[in-house]
Amino acid sequence: MTTSATPSVMPSATPSVTPSFAQSVWLVAEREVGSKLRSKAFLISTGILFVIALISVVWGGFAAQTSDAIPVAVTADTASAVAGNDLIDATQVASADAARDLVRSGDVDAALVPSDAQPFGYTVVGEDGVPSTLLSLLSVTPTVELLNPDATDGMLRYFVALGFGLVFFMAALTFGSTIAQSVVEEKATRVVELLISAIPVRALLAGKVIGNTILAMGQIIGLAAIAIIGFTVTGQSDLLAGLGAPLAWFAVFFLFGFVLLASLFAAAGAMVSRQEDIGSTTTPLTLLVMAPYFLVIFFNDNDLVMSIMSYVPFSAPVAMPVRIFLGGAQWWEPLLSLVVMLATCAVAIWVGAKIYENSILRMGARVKLAEALSA
Amino acid sequence: MLELSGITKSYGAARVLDEVGFQVASGRLTGFVGGNGAGKTTTMRIILGVLARDSGTVTLDGAPVTASDRRRFGYMPEERGLYPKMRVLEQIVYLARLHGFGKAEATARAEALLVELGLGERLQENVETLSLGNQQRAQIAAALVHDPRVLILDEPFSGLDPLAVDVVASVLQRRAADGAAVLFSSHQLDVVERLCDDLVIIAGGTIRATGSRDELRAEHAQRRFELISGGDAGWLRDEQGVTVVEFDGGYALFDVDSDEVAQRVLRRAVAAGDVASFAPQHPSLAQIFKEVIQ
Repeated sequence: MTTSATPSVMPSATPSVTPSFAQSVWLVAEREVGSKLRSKAFLISTGILFVIALISVVWGGFAAQTSDAIPVAVTADTASAVAGNDLIDATQVASADAARDLVRSGDVDAALVPSDAQPFGYTVVGEDGVPSTLLSLLSVTPTVELLNPDATDGMLRYFVALGFGLVFFMAALTFGSTIAQSVVEEKATRVVELLISAIPVRALLAGKVIGNTILAMGQIIGLAAIAIIGFTVTGQSDLLAGLGAPLAWFAVFFLFGFVLLASLFAAAGAMVSRQEDIGSTTTPLTLLVMAPYFLVIFFNDNDLVMSIMSYVPFSAPVAMPVRIFLGGAQWWEPLLSLVVMLATCAVAIWVGAKIYENSILRMGARVKLAEALSA
Repeated sequence: MLELSGITKSYGAARVLDEVGFQVASGRLTGFVGGNGAGKTTTMRIILGVLARDSGTVTLDGAPVTASDRRRFGYMPEERGLYPKMRVLEQIVYLARLHGFGKAEATARAEALLVELGLGERLQENVETLSLGNQQRAQIAAALVHDPRVLILDEPFSGLDPLAVDVVASVLQRRAADGAAVLFSSHQLDVVERLCDDLVIIAGGTIRATGSRDELRAEHAQRRFELISGGDAGWLRDEQGVTVVEFDGGYALFDVDSDEVAQRVLRRAVAAGDVASFAPQHPSLAQIFKEVIQ
């Protein structure tokens, strides 16, 4: 028994073998995913999220189509005034009176009836007003030369920024707090003592981060699929073509951005012993996750702020795809930002693991950050 | 054999364990007895490595315990806990798999063990829906499912009804018979007395007594005898070297100075009339416990 200095295989009748680090990690990740997928609350909220996403994409599509064409009644004499204008849905009727009747009945927004008024040769008839869009469509406008014809308009920029910001904020917060709660649950119930007498602490942490990252990415990919299908079905393929690359970059940035946040959320969870105390350590992280959402809403038209945000790891998943969508990023910029992100991610995993290891078995009062980092 | 030696642990200025040392032999049940705050849980957590010791060693068969040794330890923590929203069977299977069993074998083991512990009807229920006693059984399954060679159980019998105590006790005895070293703490001294082979008594962070249960009893025996005879045993009062503790007609409880005195009393009793019983009285564990912790 004492002849061998190295730890030899235990003499044992049972076939139990030490699982490899990777196996342990995968077992933990599998449990994280499995228990979340079995939670009715999670499934329902994800379903609602997907439905809302689908509705906003489809509604956006129809709104864009219907608002385009203004229904207008014309006569044979005035039909030429609107001919070839896609934004006007002309209905030709036999007489000026018939056209007026259509306005009264509300079937059309306005009617063009022949008159002597110069220089148009027709009068626009409305019920109690006339769409200003129609007037501007009918007015004579000077020729406009755009120096940057591809630039996206402000409204679209706002909604795309809002979309990325909201999705990042919601997914990161949902799964970030999931991981923090799951860490506290294990600590509060002392399951953690059983777990780490079986597997290394780092395997436990890695499994939890990977499991929740899989869930978060699953949600992101589901939302992206809904967006793509929705835009295609509603015929907004132009918008989709512009969103393809930003969506792909968003997914990549989100992946690493979430691993970064998940490590920190796990560490924050490990520092407390009860679910009630979880807010005291996760609040700073929650603010960190919400910041890019608000910044991108307020500053989506400020190139300097957006450029800075696209390199800060916490806001890059939102700001960089928006910049790519707007055509404001050089090809190397997302790559450089990704390198910054990966470096930060490595540091966060290291710090998170240290705090987690030092705090996970310390029950009772909240573990102070300095103690968690120094021990 | 698991051996602790010179284990010391302080929280700030308070020294909760002072040079704690004892052995837990393979194939035997060792009862770990002490009052509240005596250091039982701290000692157990140190054995499991979930708490760091200030000094001292924990060895298994002479070699320091490593992380991979601990994977073959079974542990029941003082504060119970399993995942509340996980099904009983699934949870035990999960723990077995973390200890290295394949899915099929983990399932087979977990099922067999839960059935043995009387949870066969509850395999698919969430842990939080179980009664406290059944949660306790599930917790014991969690400690046993990977066939540990060392079992460290903190109060495995608390909260169990007498029938459940017997079920758990027989499961533990079987594990010991299969060669596991079992250390369990308990406040229920009668259960410990009935079950354990060896005893460790701790008070105020120091070990007060260790040894086999029978040795300890013999050590603390006061040469007390009980006599039940047909005739009046009043003559006992006049015997030399005898101190009568209780007396009632043919019944007497008495202490003797030496074994020779006891033999002499027995001969005289037989001569005086029919003897129904003449037996040495063992001190109960509760008596020994009170004596050593003072």
